[in-house]
Amino acid sequence: MGLKDKLHKLKLKYKDKKMAPAFNAIHTFLYLPNETTHSGSHVRGADDLKRTMNTVIMALLPCLVFGMFNAGYQHHLAAGEIEAVTNGFFSSEFWTLDNLIVGLWKVLPLVIISYGVGLGVEFLFAVIKKHEVEEGYLVTGMLVPLIVPIDTPLWMLAIAVIFGVVIGKEVFGGTGMNILNPALTIRAFLFFAYPTWMSGDKVWVHGAVERANEIAGGAQLDAISGETVLGALAQGKELTYSVSDMFLGFIPGSVGETSSILILLGALFLIFTKIGSWRIMLSSVIGALVMGLIFNGVVSANWIDEGSKFYSLMSTEFWHHLIIGGFAFGVVFMATDPVTASQTNKGKWIYGFLIGFISILIRVFNPAYPEGVMLAILLMNVFAPTIDHYVIQGNIKKRMKRLKLKTA
Amino acid sequence: MSKDIRIRKGLDIKLVGEAEKVTVDATKSNVYAIKPSDFHGIVPKVVAKQGTEVKAGEPLFYSKSNERMLFPSPVSGEIVEIVRGAKRKILAFKILGDKEQKYADFGIKDVNSMNGDAVKTHLLESGCWPFIKQRPYDVIANPDVAPKAIFISGYTTAPLAADSDYVLAGKEKELQTAVTALSKLTEGEVHVSIGKNANSPLGALNNVTKHSVSGPHPAGNVSVQIANIDPINKGETVWVVNPQDLIIIGELLLTGKFNAERIVALGGSSVKKPKYFKTKIGSEVSSIVYDSGVNDESNIRVISGDVLTGENVKPDGYLGYYHNTITVIPEGDDYEFFGWNKPVFNKISPSRALTFSWLFPNKKYELTANTNGEHRAFVVTGSYENVFPLDIYPLQLLKACAVNDLDAMEQLGMYEVAPEDFALTEFICVSKQPHQEIIREGLDLMLKEIG
Repeated sequence: MGLKDKLHKLKLKYKDKKMAPAFNAIHTFLYLPNETTHSGSHVRGADDLKRTMNTVIMALLPCLVFGMFNAGYQHHLAAGEIEAVTNGFFSSEFWTLDNLIVGLWKVLPLVIISYGVGLGVEFLFAVIKKHEVEEGYLVTGMLVPLIVPIDTPLWMLAIAVIFGVVIGKEVFGGTGMNILNPALTIRAFLFFAYPTWMSGDKVWVHGAVERANEIAGGAQLDAISGETVLGALAQGKELTYSVSDMFLGFIPGSVGETSSILILLGALFLIFTKIGSWRIMLSSVIGALVMGLIFNGVVSANWIDEGSKFYSLMSTEFWHHLIIGGFAFGVVFMATDPVTASQTNKGKWIYGFLIGFISILIRVFNPAYPEGVMLAILLMNVFAPTIDHYVIQGNIKKRMKRLKLKTA
Repeated sequence: MSKDIRIRKGLDIKLVGEAEKVTVDATKSNVYAIKPSDFHGIVPKVVAKQGTEVKAGEPLFYSKSNERMLFPSPVSGEIVEIVRGAKRKILAFKILGDKEQKYADFGIKDVNSMNGDAVKTHLLESGCWPFIKQRPYDVIANPDVAPKAIFISGYTTAPLAADSDYVLAGKEKELQTAVTALSKLTEGEVHVSIGKNANSPLGALNNVTKHSVSGPHPAGNVSVQIANIDPINKGETVWVVNPQDLIIIGELLLTGKFNAERIVALGGSSVKKPKYFKTKIGSEVSSIVYDSGVNDESNIRVISGDVLTGENVKPDGYLGYYHNTITVIPEGDDYEFFGWNKPVFNKISPSRALTFSWLFPNKKYELTANTNGEHRAFVVTGSYENVFPLDIYPLQLLKACAVNDLDAMEQLGMYEVAPEDFALTEFICVSKQPHQEIIREGLDLMLKEIG
């Protein structure tokens, strides 16, 4: 085969040269390398890191496609141009070309900037530090456009990606060494640096900010409301969405986080392929349900009066928390990041439970920004090594006890 | 007190080319080689210089750290070459075998009347000592430390490895003599594990504690059995002996001769007719490999040992001192278009990420020596535990070794493991990290720093 031989010759030519990592990254993308084992086991399993990361991307693709349609749907709906969905998941109002065009126009640039800038930084570091380009960013680059508001300016995203990859990952030594989830580091950077673009009731639907500016400029137009379910609840407003809307995903929100059913599908795929940790996903859900039940209990015990600003979110039925906001997306795709999560199986139960528990806690008590899952995961990323430490101490103590019994 | 050991975690790697249970005499090797690198950590001091004649069982060299530890020639003949590498390091002793084998006479012994010291001295003098290895550190046993027990694993689970039950058949007398001798070396017990439904000659032995083992690889690894029978604590030493080496020890005691004869399994998908061969330690692998022909001769990897722990000896190499398996598989040094994302049916995978080995649990595979990916940092967690039956955190122990953290290595159970126990974690490692090498280096560091 011509291409194979040509690339092989180029590889030999670039060997030990400065640009070798950059070339190899592209080469190994096209071809599984011809490397053979030289120590230890002579045969190896079929999986490599590329395959693992690719599996996560496959799990994310339905969310991305849905996100594109939803971007257009929310835009057209808010502008009063179309009717709301009536016919379940496959409603004809939703899956239209018009919706997709808006989505493509708004979401694809986010994807391109995320991958372009992020991989650019990765290649740069690989060349400088003379190591191969690691695959971690393939997933991060797909996560980032899915967890930001649709109208995020591209330059902001670019800056955030650079910050996230450099400070969140490369300074620790690259993929596998980072403490915080890079995608969430990027989002947290955006959130704290540009809060007006990351929260409030104007950023979640394409065109809402623009329209608001026009109105402020004196134009006679109806304002577009782009409030998320959580935002509405935090302010104690009446909900206009049904539970099935929330479960299927016909609600405003970050690009890819809205459709709980597709996230559930992705979760099942990750668990089936043994790539995602079912322990973390399950324990997070349990943690969230427990916290939700506690709040429901507080409400039903009348310890809080209806006037309280926390009342609305506290009285939200406990299991609704799973399908509103970014909880499901965060738990399935970001809490399970193996590098930043707990690394022991026992630790994963604790880590996941606390993520679910704290997510709902933050959600209820932080009405200015009622999205707890990002901060909960980042917080638990920091504590994951501590959890592992105590789990491993258990194993060490068992071993010491055995020794004591023996010598006693 | 006998135990029934059932191992659940693990992975049986099923490969094409299992040796048929037929034994033929191998073509006689011209030159035999003994490689000091087979004896990990031993610095050789030459006894038999180039050009001298040795009898089978006469020492070629002794250990620099313990001059009582002798390493014998497997055959009689002339030392034709002592191969040296960088810094004059000895790589191999090459012996041109005599047509008529002459054996050094070590005298017929009655083991029942011998005491521990006499057994020890006899094994050291006759060069049989290197067959006894110790845990911790997985090196040749230190004769000055008394072990708390001796373990023998007669259960084979490694892919394509020689079946103990088959190669030991008919050697009951030698085996019994050897274990009786070994039982004098420890105040504890001699533990012998055999497969649950196996018809092993080891099952008939006296003076030992027998255990039955079942489950996937690495159930046959002696570390797994030790952990289930009598785990090693800090400060304790246990000895382990491969069952096929018991035959040589037994024969030495019964006849006074060091007979390095061994039944070796030849397997692997590149071998046309895999079967068993009778040959000697150190013989040329080419005397066995080409007997019935190999497929695609230009693209083979010849391994002395099994595919998980063996050594790449090349077609002109020699059978390793401890090996009774030779495996020949395709080298597989070729590119594969989009190999990292297309569905895979012809390789084994612990996941289901478009890999379909989970659908065919009994299919036999033709794996090559390709790594199926490049070396990466540790990323994935929780997968090693599924194939690692010891009560040890494998990832954490590997990381402790990688950063030379002696305290952590000790606390996490380094005394209980050998590199071979990390062969399966290495096999499934998504990051293609060299686990066995990491553990070997960690053990060496501990041996040097702690002793």
